[in-house]
Amino acid sequence: MEIMIDLLLNIGSGILLILGGFFCVSGGVGLLRFPDFYTRMHAAGVTDTLGAGLILVGLMLQSTHLIVLLKLILVLLFALLTGPAASHALAKAAMHGNLKPLLYRDKSTR
Amino acid sequence: MRHSISLSLLLAVFWLLNSGYYTPLLLFLGAVSVALVMFISHRMDMVDHESQPLHLTLRIPGYWLWLLKAIILANVDVVYRIWRGNSSISPTRFVLKASQRTDIVKVIYANSITLTPGTVAIDLEGDTITVHALTRKAVEELKSGVMERRVNLLEL
Repeated sequence: MEIMIDLLLNIGSGILLILGGFFCVSGGVGLLRFPDFYTRMHAAGVTDTLGAGLILVGLMLQSTHLIVLLKLILVLLFALLTGPAASHALAKAAMHGNLKPLLYRDKSTR
Repeated sequence: MRHSISLSLLLAVFWLLNSGYYTPLLLFLGAVSVALVMFISHRMDMVDHESQPLHLTLRIPGYWLWLLKAIILANVDVVYRIWRGNSSISPTRFVLKASQRTDIVKVIYANSITLTPGTVAIDLEGDTITVHALTRKAVEELKSGVMERRVNLLEL
């Protein structure tokens, strides 16, 4: 029975880690691919939220001590609380530094 | 007073979780650290309903669950557009009305917008939020007010 639970936890954790890795890589690809600063910030957001989140939850399933689990939860909480503050500070600094965003125009109005 | 108690409890729990050693010396050092931080935060006049929003304690878990769902959906959409390429995005900047009465709920609204990939709150001034969105779809979604209604429930 214990072996079964261990196996299930390992499989679940592996799936979450792979998914998290995929979201992190996607964020990196977006960072290189998107055309300007503001759009690239959205790609970084993917790595910040679901990428980091899935990897941390995957690691939580691997933890053998309660204190490790609680620390991982704290790390996730801090990442989610400080992430938007940092993104907002960056975006605001860019706007006040007069960096113009690349904006989409409909083909019909052009 | 309640805010001081809540902050010192939080700090104590934070120390205990991070230390993991429960010897008299380290517990004593922890107590001293908590006292020092409490002293400094009081001098900075930081201990109030904004740093310790106790009145939201009961309502915030439900909101977090809803936000988690919104974040996952937004992530999938942005990742799809990353792999589809630049022809699938339509970057837009627009101004959004923030009708919330209290500052803290306004900030929660703006931070939720930033935390959701695809939309970033650039500026929050008075009761308007300047938002940069990756796609027209994200603009429509914010303007439809689903998130706003959900945030406003925190204020009832």
